[in-house]
Amino acid sequence: MIAIVDYDMGNVASVANMLKRIGGPPSVLTRDPEVLRRAERIILPGVGAFDKGMRNLSAFGLRAPLDEAALERRVPILGICLGMQLLTKSSEEGAEPGLGWIDATTRRFRFPADTGLKVPHMGWNYVVAKRPNPLINGADRKRFYFVHGYYVECTRPEDVLGTACYGADFVCAIGRENIYGVQFHPEKSHKFGMALLEGFVRA
Amino acid sequence: MALKRIMPCLLFDGRALVKTVRFRNPQYIGDPINAIKIYNEKEVDELVLLDINASRDPRPPQFDLIKECASECFMPFSYGGGVQSVEQFARLYKLGVEKVIVNTLCLKSPDTVREATRQYGATSVVGAVDYKRTFLRGQQVYSAAGGRTRRSVVDHCRYLADDLGVGEILLYSVDRDGTWTGYDLETIRMVGEAVSIPLIACGGAGNVAHLRQVLAETPANAAALGSMAVYQKQGMGVLINFPQRRLILGDD
Repeated sequence: MIAIVDYDMGNVASVANMLKRIGGPPSVLTRDPEVLRRAERIILPGVGAFDKGMRNLSAFGLRAPLDEAALERRVPILGICLGMQLLTKSSEEGAEPGLGWIDATTRRFRFPADTGLKVPHMGWNYVVAKRPNPLINGADRKRFYFVHGYYVECTRPEDVLGTACYGADFVCAIGRENIYGVQFHPEKSHKFGMALLEGFVRA
Repeated sequence: MALKRIMPCLLFDGRALVKTVRFRNPQYIGDPINAIKIYNEKEVDELVLLDINASRDPRPPQFDLIKECASECFMPFSYGGGVQSVEQFARLYKLGVEKVIVNTLCLKSPDTVREATRQYGATSVVGAVDYKRTFLRGQQVYSAAGGRTRRSVVDHCRYLADDLGVGEILLYSVDRDGTWTGYDLETIRMVGEAVSIPLIACGGAGNVAHLRQVLAETPANAAALGSMAVYQKQGMGVLINFPQRRLILGDD
C-alpha cells in the first residue's frame, strides 16, 4: 500500500488519481500515523510554506512514523514540491528544521531585476537526468510542470538525480538510497509524471 | 525558457459545459469531469475552465466542482468566473487551482486584484480581456458582467500587467469566438508587443494551421481553443478531442 500524506498542505487528490490511473498497488490519502507505519511506499506532496509544513507534520504526529519509515524500515519515499524541500535540513523560507534526511538546504531564488526572471518559477520546463535513476530515465526529452520560489541545494553531488534550468541550472530531483524528491509536480505533468510515478512504484 | 502551450478553454454555465458563438447561444456540451478525463488522455499542456455566468448572476465560484476538477486534472488547472475577494483566491489555490483568472474584477475592483497578485504572486493570477469590434468606436474591451474602461485593448492589457501586476493575459476575441475562422492575429500581435508577460490567445481556432500560425507568427506564448476541443467539426456533434502537440509544435 502506498500512503500519500495528507497534512493540510493543499489538495493532493490528483496524486492519488494519477496513481490509480497507472495501476500498481492501491494508495490511500492519510494523516494516520498507524497507516504510515504499515505503508510500503510513502509520497509526501504539498504546496505552501516550509514552517507550516513541518508544524503540520508534527501536529498530526507524523514525524516519528516518517523517520521510522525512511531511516529504519527504509521504504521508498517520494517528496513532491514542498515535500522535497522538507527532506532537507533547513529552508531560507522558515526557521523550523526540516526532516534532514538529505544533506541539503532549501534556498530562495534570487535574480537581478534586469534578467526579467520572475519568482516563483512557474510553468513547464525540461528536466535533465544527472545519473541513472528509477524516476527519470529513458531517451526521450522530458518536461514537467513547476511552481516554486525555493529550490534545493545539495551538499553531496551524488544526491542529485536531475536538474532544470531557470536563470541557471538548479537541482529539481534528488535521491539517496530509498529517499527521493522532485521539485516539479509529476501529478500535473501528464504522461511525463505518470512515467515518473511508475518508476517510483517499482523502485 | 517558457515553452509554448496549447490548451482547451472550457466554458461552464453553472450546470454543465457549454460552447458559445460570439459569446451567445450557449450549446450544451456535457459534464466537465468527463471532459477533463479525456483531456488527460490527450495530454494537454494546461486546462482553462471559465464559469461564464458567475459574475453575471452574480454568484461565487462553485468550489466543490472546482475541487473535483483540480483533483482529476493531470495538468495545470486555471479557473475563472465570479471571483470577488482575496479570500476566494486563497480558497481556490488551496483546492488545487494553479492560476485564478480574473476579468470583471479587474474592472470593478482593481484593488482586490492588486492585493491578490501581491499576496500570491503574479504567476498565480491571469488577467482576462474580452474584446469586440463596435460599430462606432472600433475595438473595445467588452465586459458581459458590467464594469467599463475607456482604455484601448492594448492599454488595458498593459494596465493589467503593469498596474495590477497579473502574470499572464488571456486575450479573448468575442467576434471570433466559436467561428472557426482563425485567431485575430493583428490584435494578438499588438498586445504581445506591448506587454512583457505571457499571452494566451483565445477565440477563432478552427484547425491545426490556425494554432501553428498564432504560435509561430505572433508573440503569443499559448493558444487556447474552444470549439475545436469540444466538437467533431464545425456544425457537427459534440466530441471531446484535442490536436496532437507534435502536429503543431513539432515536439511532445
